[in-house]
Amino acid sequence: MSLSRRRFLNGAAALSGAALTSGLPLMARAAAPLTIGFIYVGAKDDFGYNQAHAEGAAAVKAMEGVTVVEEENVPETIDVQKTMESMINLDGASLLFPTSFGYFDPHVLTVAPKYPEVRFEHAAGLWHDGLPTNVGSYFGYIGMGQYLNGIVAGHMSKSKKIGFVAAKPIPQVLLNINSFLLGARAVDPTITCQVIFTGESSLAVKEAEATNALCDAGCDVITCHVDGPKVVIQTAAGRRAYVCGYHANQSALAPDKYLTGAEWNWAGVYTGMVKSVLAGETLPNFMRGGLTDGYVKMSPLGPAVTPEAKAQFDTTLAEIMKGGYAVIKGPLNDNKGNVILKDGEMQVETDIALESMGYLVEGVVGSTS
Amino acid sequence: MSTDIGLWGIPVAILGGAIRVSTPFLFVSLGEVLTERSGRINLGLEGTLVFGAMSGYATAVLTGSAWAGVLVAALAGAVFGLIHGIICSLPKVNDIAIGIAMMLFGTGLAFYFGKPFIQPVAPHLPAIPLGFWSDLPQLQAALEVNVLFVVGLALALGMSWMFRATRIGLILRVVGDSTDAARAMGLRPAVVRTLATACGGAFAGVAGAFLSLYYPGSWNEGLSSGQGLMAVALVIFARWNPIACFGAALLFGGAGALGPALQSVGVSSGYYLFYAAPYVLTLGVLIATSSPTRAMAGAPGELSITK
Amino acid sequence: MADQAIIGSAWGQWLPALARKSEAVVIPMAALVLGLGLFGLFLMTQGKSPVEFMAIVWKGAYGSAFSLQNTLSRAAPLLLSALCVALPARLGLVVIGGEGAIVLGGVAVGAVGPHLAAVPAVLALPLMALAAMAMGALWIGAAGALRYYRGVNETISSLLLAYIAIALMNHLVEGPFRDPASLNKPSTFPLADSLRVGNMPGMDVHWGLAFGVVACIFSWVLIDRTTWGFAARIAGGNVRAAQVQGLPVGRLILGFTALAGAFAGMAGFFEVTAVFGSANASLASGYGYTGILIAFLARHNPLAIIPVALLLAGFDAASGLIQRRMDLPDATIVVLQGFVFLVILISDAAYGRFKLFAPERWSVR
Repeated sequence: MSLSRRRFLNGAAALSGAALTSGLPLMARAAAPLTIGFIYVGAKDDFGYNQAHAEGAAAVKAMEGVTVVEEENVPETIDVQKTMESMINLDGASLLFPTSFGYFDPHVLTVAPKYPEVRFEHAAGLWHDGLPTNVGSYFGYIGMGQYLNGIVAGHMSKSKKIGFVAAKPIPQVLLNINSFLLGARAVDPTITCQVIFTGESSLAVKEAEATNALCDAGCDVITCHVDGPKVVIQTAAGRRAYVCGYHANQSALAPDKYLTGAEWNWAGVYTGMVKSVLAGETLPNFMRGGLTDGYVKMSPLGPAVTPEAKAQFDTTLAEIMKGGYAVIKGPLNDNKGNVILKDGEMQVETDIALESMGYLVEGVVGSTS
Repeated sequence: MSTDIGLWGIPVAILGGAIRVSTPFLFVSLGEVLTERSGRINLGLEGTLVFGAMSGYATAVLTGSAWAGVLVAALAGAVFGLIHGIICSLPKVNDIAIGIAMMLFGTGLAFYFGKPFIQPVAPHLPAIPLGFWSDLPQLQAALEVNVLFVVGLALALGMSWMFRATRIGLILRVVGDSTDAARAMGLRPAVVRTLATACGGAFAGVAGAFLSLYYPGSWNEGLSSGQGLMAVALVIFARWNPIACFGAALLFGGAGALGPALQSVGVSSGYYLFYAAPYVLTLGVLIATSSPTRAMAGAPGELSITK
Repeated sequence: MADQAIIGSAWGQWLPALARKSEAVVIPMAALVLGLGLFGLFLMTQGKSPVEFMAIVWKGAYGSAFSLQNTLSRAAPLLLSALCVALPARLGLVVIGGEGAIVLGGVAVGAVGPHLAAVPAVLALPLMALAAMAMGALWIGAAGALRYYRGVNETISSLLLAYIAIALMNHLVEGPFRDPASLNKPSTFPLADSLRVGNMPGMDVHWGLAFGVVACIFSWVLIDRTTWGFAARIAGGNVRAAQVQGLPVGRLILGFTALAGAFAGMAGFFEVTAVFGSANASLASGYGYTGILIAFLARHNPLAIIPVALLLAGFDAASGLIQRRMDLPDATIVVLQGFVFLVILISDAAYGRFKLFAPERWSVR
């Protein structure tokens, strides 16, 4: 009895000793290369949102003087708070990229004040004065990409009905839907866009059902805003509809039907941010960029795209690259008949008001709640 | 080209949804009927389904044959069922608890080994175009029936006949209703139950293969949204009757299509509530058809969940 | 000689009792070790070191103050959701829909809380807790009532009710109760700072843990030390016998399912008041389903729920470190849990097999 107790005490001492010594390299590590943590809400290779970020992380990993740690499938609960803290406490991370929309409020905003020496860079959050200064938010104006998707879709649609499979009615998604329709209406003002909300950012069967319902309703060009567009693209192409991609290049999934796609270019963004940090600079708290800044890019046009569609796509892209291009401009009504913008008013891509969009424009069939 | 069918789209979509979405529910619930009729409950078929989906997809990617995928999924499911069956043959082991642990085990293994197969594209299972007589693309699409759906229907009919009229059916029923009576007849209840669970697992594996190889036809970690668990619950709803399982699966699949279909014709507010339709409908039918006096007509006597 | 010495001492009285009690500790611990060992073999087939793995699990789950508090934070909701399964189980009911009660408990707080900003916290917090408990009690109590009055199987009804609850929550959070300022994560209006439940003194763990532990102890007393618990156990063994003896089976079923739901509702209360600050879709994060596993592993003993929840939460806490340090997928920890829990459940078959734990058989040689 006493023997086993002594043995137990010895064991405990050994363990706490182990904990002490393992604490030492941690201290040493803080002075060593920059450790960067990436956190994803889904699988790293989902052909979509998370993969786009993970490809960015892979580019950072290849840089000199940095260590990258990653964690996938982290839910937007206390789990992500503990993951961030764990990366800081146990891996010595001093720069974090929690990449999911829902990580920002309250999770990043709860953890950041506890670790003032760590930098938290959140995708899609809306940093403003009064929030912790060690928090930054960055994002890309991918709505412009959906506008270009819409232009090609407008040319390619015969039924004059295009479809959008959306996760939830949140501003980023609404802007994408509206931009997609407005792009198509720049080709033909009679086109309508049917939207179906699945209610979840990743739910394969419902996404497939939504795509089928859109095809049944006569939509012949389909795009989406869900975390992993693979199912939507494959199902739509199987129903012989054209598809426009989102998040990443999905042309391999439907080579004949893939028209183009709005893709993230996080590799460029992340390597740029990490370079600044390594150079000792402080990142701005609010960072945004679009096609011109290389935050967003378009998939190469597919083989089905007609010369007219290509021509308008190219000229519009050239206009956008000049800067100051506005997709959301008056006269503009929402689909309930309310006036959003009067003639002559416009909101260019950098306009912060676009990031709290709560309406669907006239011509979109669907509802925000 | 006029393909706009307006409000007719709703019944067509429900028909199509019922056919497309019901197959996994059908296979899992038929497998579970087999298991539960023998007096065991396997709550872990969700894990079996997910592993079946992954192993089927992986096999199809590697061999280029979707049917090889179905076969491997069925074998993997049988192995999971066999493990469950053997473990539950030990004294004092709780079959519900083992089922929940197997759910974790199957899902974990599927996600662990499934990472490299999220991206590759596998060949799909073939479909039978039963809508060839119609000019409407909607109807053609709705009536594009997968072979497995037909197999499932045949299985339901076959199982119903088996329980009624064959020796195997009799053995299963006796073992499920009373261990003592089965022993008196010289049967070995543990062996019968283990085999029934293995068979049920194979069915669940095929259900998974349907998800990954036909509809939605892709492997990812969000592929199953609890179909396996729900299908096990549907067995109680169907009162352990294979033909009723077919009906329950169709009802559930069709009701699931209501949400997207209504949005596609412009009924778009409150879609979460429409998405709950299958659950509300099932609960409603369950309440209407239950009765406190004849608590669980048709329930096998040895089933732990209804004892 | 030795025997006499033992019998002559105080050990003579204590040892048999200790031996009998220790069975319930030694067998699951041995199973835990065996399960870890089997998983170690699995890891070796994957070309990874089991020793390194276990060291990282220890480090990430219990090995430092930070890790321990990480584990404790994750355990808090699991205690309550496991009670939601364990309490009805005493009546022979298998309730698997605790997730619905958690979710709606949270929504109730998100709906009521913002209206109570002007009310002092000592009054407002109990009101919010009451709303959460009432909502949870209603939801799981409904499954109990359907069982008693209509003969509807509670396993399927509670599961269906959970899916319905999640749909309702999504509808309410993105519709009627949505704060328009909650941009990319639709949520209810935020709670006032005074209505946020904070951490326990000196710890980075919110009060939900303390409440969960108290709830487990309370449930244990209720089941093991009161006539209500005794009556429930009789009814759980045989409903007809209980009715013949004049036990109020209906009230027992309603009472136990409602209490179970109330505890799950409190898990939602703490998610909103201590973690989120408003109700949103992340309330449906699977704690209800994890609770089923914990309750069954604890064999529906409320006190045993505490160590089991700590074990499970510890694995979850270590999961991230495993991904980062060993380049293993996130599902590795789920595989580990599968191995460990299967072996622990199989070990149920080992009870009563060893003479060591049965003093009355010691003299038999």
